[in-house]
Amino acid sequence: MIALSDYLIVAAILFSLSVAGIFLNRKNVILLLMCIELMLLAVNINFIAFSYFLGDTAGQVFVFFILTVAAAEAAIGLAILVVLFRNRRTINVADLDTLKG
Amino acid sequence: MTFEKFLFYVFAIFLVGAAVMVITRKNPVHSALWLVLAFFNSAGLWMLAEAEFLAIALVLVYVGAVMVLFLFVVMMLDINIAELRAGFVRNAPVAILVAMAMVVELIVVVGPQRFGLASVAPPPAKPADYSNTEELGLALFTEHLYAFEIAAVILLVGIIAAISLTMRKRPETKYQDPAKQVNVKAKDRLRVIKMDSEG
Repeated sequence: MIALSDYLIVAAILFSLSVAGIFLNRKNVILLLMCIELMLLAVNINFIAFSYFLGDTAGQVFVFFILTVAAAEAAIGLAILVVLFRNRRTINVADLDTLKG
Repeated sequence: MTFEKFLFYVFAIFLVGAAVMVITRKNPVHSALWLVLAFFNSAGLWMLAEAEFLAIALVLVYVGAVMVLFLFVVMMLDINIAELRAGFVRNAPVAILVAMAMVVELIVVVGPQRFGLASVAPPPAKPADYSNTEELGLALFTEHLYAFEIAAVILLVGIIAAISLTMRKRPETKYQDPAKQVNVKAKDRLRVIKMDSEG
């Protein structure tokens, strides 16, 4: 039988990989957005696993909302990216210093 | 090893492998395609955890919509990959170290001695006429109705934000304004003047 810890370990590995991806590709905004999607996926796997093993549908409802918010986030993030590229001709994070932060 | 367990390992190995490919590919298009594979395999994992509706929703919403959006944007932008890859090798040791530390810590916390089969028993098998969609719908439209409506508003805001961010008027393009064409009067176009005949 599949144990709850199996799901949790897969989700933990996936989450850590996406953190490593953020370190590796920190110049590329597109890859950063993809790594955030992977992180949300790992969190969703946790929710689904707990929902299954505890017999509570609330976990799946939360996954539904996370999917909704992630879709909206991806749409707005990519729109910002397109506007950014149109104005600066680059998506390199190091070049985005207009705000002098 | 049961067939279910075998399927779980197949999905999990492909999921982790696809995630590794996503973060290491040079070309963002390849990364996006590997991300599609990762989403498919996690949909398989969700299927094994009896979350059928969400597994299908993941494939439809993510693979069908979000990843296509990613691919469109990646292909639309003319980006210099070599410049964006600068520092990849330099950051690699730190990234591997942080990832390994996180994996070890998380496995210590959520490992088999705390969440194994002995402490969390798997639920009994559902009857054949059990419908996950029905169950989810019941919870969504009764207990979580308010949150559901907020989610709808979030999607609406997302649509409006994405459109208003990317819409632009190009001053150099010539276009017709039908309202102005309809409202035009004869005296705007034609001027009758009185003058002596030339000769």
